[in-house]
Parts: sequence; C-alpha cells; structure tokens
Amino acid sequence: MALAKVTQDETDARLASLSMPEGGWPAIARRDALARVQSMGLPHRRDEYWKYTRPESLTSPDVIPAAVFDASDEAPIFATLDALNIVFVDGVFDADQSDDLAQTGLEIERLENAASADIHWAQDIYGTLETAGQNPVKRPLAALNTAFAHDGILIRATTIVERPVNLTYIHKSDRSDAMLHHVIKVEQGAKLTLLESGPAASRFNKVMEVSVSDQGEFHHVRAQGRDHERRAVTHIFARLGEESVFKSFTLTANGVLTRNECVLELTGDNAVAHIAGACVGDGEFHHDDTVFITHDAVGCESRQVFKKVLRNGAIGVFQGKILVKPDAQKTDGYQISQSLLLDDDSQFLAKPELEIYADDVACSHGSTSGAIDEEALFYLKSRGVPASDATDLLTLAFLAEAVQEVEDSNIGDIVTERMSAWLARRKR
Amino acid sequence: MLEIKNLHASLEDEDKQILKGVNLTVEAGKVHAIMGPNGSGKSTLSYVLSGKDGYEVTDGSAMLEGEDILDMEPEERAAAGLFLAFQYPVEIPGVGNMTFLRTAVNSQRKARGEEEMSAAEFLKVVRERAKTLKIDADMLKRPVNVGFSGGEKKRNEILQMAMLEPKMCILDETDSGLDVDAMKLVAEGVNALRNEGRGFLVITHYQRLLDHIKPDVVHIMANGRIIKTGGPELALEVEQNGYADILAEVA
Repeated sequence: MALAKVTQDETDARLASLSMPEGGWPAIARRDALARVQSMGLPHRRDEYWKYTRPESLTSPDVIPAAVFDASDEAPIFATLDALNIVFVDGVFDADQSDDLAQTGLEIERLENAASADIHWAQDIYGTLETAGQNPVKRPLAALNTAFAHDGILIRATTIVERPVNLTYIHKSDRSDAMLHHVIKVEQGAKLTLLESGPAASRFNKVMEVSVSDQGEFHHVRAQGRDHERRAVTHIFARLGEESVFKSFTLTANGVLTRNECVLELTGDNAVAHIAGACVGDGEFHHDDTVFITHDAVGCESRQVFKKVLRNGAIGVFQGKILVKPDAQKTDGYQISQSLLLDDDSQFLAKPELEIYADDVACSHGSTSGAIDEEALFYLKSRGVPASDATDLLTLAFLAEAVQEVEDSNIGDIVTERMSAWLARRKR
Repeated sequence: MLEIKNLHASLEDEDKQILKGVNLTVEAGKVHAIMGPNGSGKSTLSYVLSGKDGYEVTDGSAMLEGEDILDMEPEERAAAGLFLAFQYPVEIPGVGNMTFLRTAVNSQRKARGEEEMSAAEFLKVVRERAKTLKIDADMLKRPVNVGFSGGEKKRNEILQMAMLEPKMCILDETDSGLDVDAMKLVAEGVNALRNEGRGFLVITHYQRLLDHIKPDVVHIMANGRIIKTGGPELALEVEQNGYADILAEVA
C-alpha cells in the first residue's frame, strides 16, 4: 500500500538527514531495515499506535535543542555497584571513561567495530528481533535505528556473570541526536544483569535486541532522568527460550517526551517475563509505556506492572497488550497499570488489551487512576510529618509495587533511594 | 496543659453544628475522661483538636501550653506535643511501620529544632518500647497497620505515642474492638506513659477502660457540650444507670 503523501514526505526528509554506516556484516541488515522504514513510513500523529503520544519531535529531520543537563550534583545512580562500566557520550562509545571490556564469561564488542569482525551470534540477532517485532504492529522508529545506528554494544554472556554491565549515558551537546543499538545474547543457562542510566542526548533513539536462550536469565534495570528537555524513544525486543527469565524495570523522572516500547516474545515453554516501570512526572512531562507480549509457548508467565505519579499537567500513557497464541496453553498473564494523580491537571491514558486464542489460560488486567489517600495523609500529618514529606512517602509507597519487580534487592534499594532523593529535590 | 474554651465547630459540608461550646481544661499530670452517648460530639472534639479537614471552628479557642493550636497545621500541632490515638488507625500499604515511626519522630524533632535520632539509636529505643507492648519485629517491618488485628492496631497507636512522647494525649475510643486482654495490654502501655508533665484525655463509651486507666476527672458530654464533671465515681454512675438520669438532671 502506498504511503500517504505527507508521511512519504516526512519520511524522506528524515532519511535525507541521516547517513548509513557502511560495510561489514550489518550492511545487509541495515539495507533491509531502510527498506522497512520506506515501506512503513515514520509514525504519524494519525496512527492508532501513536494516538496518545505525538511523534513529530521524534521523526523530524532536525532535533529540537535540549539544554545540556548538569547532573554533576549527584553521583550516577549505579556508581556504588561493582560493575563493568561502559560509557557513551551523546551516543558515542567513550573508551577513556569505560572499563577495559575484557571480563570473564562475557564477549563484548562495540557495534562500530563489529563490522570488521566476524561476530556470528550478533549477526543472527541484529535487526532480526526488531523485524519480528514489526508484526502485527509496525514500529518504524526501531527500523530506522537498525538502519542508521552507528554505535551500541554487543554483549554475549556464556556463564553466570556476577558483575552487572553498567551503561552510563552522558549528554554533552544541546543538539545531539543519538542512536544506539545494543544486542544482547544470554546463552543457555547463563545470566546477565544490564544497567542503564543517564541523560543520553537531546534526542535519543535506542534499540536493544535481547535473545535469552533456554534456562538463561536476563535482568535489566534502567533509570531515565532528570534531564528535563530530552526526547527519547526506546525499544526492547526480546525473545525468550525455554525456562528462561527476562526481567526489566525502568525508573523515569522528568523528560518532555519519553516513549519506552517493549516487545517480548515467549517462544520456549515455561519462560518468565516481567516488565515494570515507575515514573514520576511534574509539569511538562509526557511518558508513554507501550508493551506487547506474545505468548507462543506452553506454561509461560508474563507480568506487567506500571505505576505513574503525575502532577502539574504531566501526562502518562500506558498501552499494554498480551497476545496468547492458540497453542500457548497454561499461560499466566498479568497486567496492571496505575496512576496517582496529584492534581486535577494531570492525565493518565491507558489502553490495556488482551487477545487470547488458547482456552486454558489465566490472564488478568487492571488499570486505575486515583488521588492521594486523604485519610493516610492526615494520619501521617497527625504524627508530625509535614504535608509534602507525607505526600512523598505515600508516592514512594504507591511506586513500591513496581520497584519490587527488581529482583536484586540491593539494586532495588538503590532505585528507591534515588527516587526518594529526586522527590525531595523537587521541593527546593 | 490543654485549655478548651467555648469551642464551637460544625461540619464544613453540612453546616451542621456539632460542638456547641465545649469548656474543658486538662492539667499536666492528670487523666481526664470524656464519656457520653453516641452522637454527643466526642470524636468530633478529638478531630477538631488534631486538625482534621472537614470541620470548621466557628467560635472559641483551644490552647496547648498557652499556644493556640486551632490555627496550626496538623503536623505543627503534633510537633507542639499533641497526639491523637485514632479510633480507627489508618492502613498505609507500602510504608513500613519502622519507616513511618522514624519519619514521624524525626519530623517532630526537626520542627522543634532538635537533633534527629540516628538509625541505631532509634532502633534501640523502638525495640525496647515495642517489647513492652508485645509488638514483635514482624509487626515493625510490615506496612503500617496493614493486616494488623484490632488489638495490634491499637497497640501500634500506643507505640507511636511512646516514641513521640507527646505532652497531651487524646485517646479516641481506644477500647473499641478490643477484648479484655488486649485492653489490659493497651491500658498498661498508657499507664506506663503517665507522668507529671503529661496530660491525657480519654474518650470512651464504657467504664471498663477506666478500670484500667484510672481517671482523675470524668466529664459527661452530650449534644456538643460538657454537661457534667465529677470524679471517677461519675463513670461508675454511668455504668450503672446509663446516661438518662444525668441527661434528665441537667435538662
């Protein structure tokens, strides 16, 4: 089907502003991805999938400048953890600030260097999971990333890796327009924890493709914030093998526009996928969590827990779908999306969807919006806790259910602590 | 300690007068009890004093150690030394009991310009005071009042009182929903906190709580006013004859 002219023009304009990296094994995947973008066209505000979030600033040829956020008054969130540190500045790997990439049980390579190397495992995944995730809903910004991302990290875990890999993003230019494409492979029985944090760029488009083999485990914890002016679109595409585990948690604060998409495919029996998010928005804030989970095997469990605290006109969006294919019997699916609206100006837009073709499944979903519990607030105040502190305490309590999805309690505590510090900071 | 003069208050939404001129003075070191039939305004008095939304004070004053508390926010009243033990303690999912207690203690200290209690010191004190109220480590760890039995909730109120060391304690029907043993435990907790510098106002329907927390003065409240004041014998009289005689007497 031909694209509408306006979409065609906008897509062409954006493509003209980009240059495709050349050479090596990714070249074919990139050309295929470009063809996908050209046939799909970039998202348009009339697209159903973009009904609640305006994509213009993510698709325009020029980036809207974003003031460089000075994060020097707080340590990076995961700085206290013993981890393998990898740093990207405005979307470019920074060897000086990164650790030596050699670590037992891991194969790590920069995407930019990968072209010249023969990395079969990454070749099988790069663009493949993204392509699979284009059906039934198209995600053109992810294909755009596959075609044009110059850098990113390729990680293969072959054993149980104790030290997390910690990706830190640094924003230095107010016009940076960064794309990163990460590829993660967790081999059979292996385990990897990946951390991400920091303001990445003025505009950031990130794709992460994750393949978790049978009995493999992948844990992902991410913190987005407090850069007010960023615009970010991120995609996670993950494929899960038998008895594998995938858990992803995202903490978000501030940001004029953030869209986090997560596309999970449970392809091996008894796989477990948990995806959770806790976000705090104040004022000019738009945060969109879009999740699509496909159950295509027997006895799998999926769980989505998203909590949003919104005030001063902040907007939160949740689009979450569970698709259970005909043979995916004994599926256990759960989805909850909740917002705490601290005033009348804020909005929460939720679109929960279940599409079930198997007959022996348990799927539940719920979505709520509510104000702060006045009784609890008075109780706290009557004990001497000032109103703003009491509100913070109740806010943290509301978000706690999502944070509990972080399996490592040490990392969970770090997340809670940072969230609490971010809330306290607001008041000054 | 607490001096209430001609206190009038109404419900904000309904414009309904509930307190119609309450006069009451609780001296430091004394325990006053308020008894009265349902709907007499006893609980409203406790809410108005602690600053709950939804009530409008239309006349009169309430002074805590010479300071007018009615213009203060609830948290300021608490920091000034006022404590209300709730009839129905509120459940707060997601907030650990220990966090709640420590935040409360340190908020009050901060408001009074005192040094905050360190984590270690707090832990030591809370464990010691929890033990006398038979509150175990599990109850301290769990979210505030969530899944607590009626007795546990009331004991938790008394623990808060013990930690916050208020000057003036108001107990709103602390005996409601308690069996005899639980009531004894709560009363012992309260009695342990009695001292020369602290005033108590115990609101109750029944004499039985007053067997355990012995009052110095008993007030009978009806239709938004204190209609009779006497010694502990007044509570016994109510227990035997009900309120009818007293109501008839003042009418």
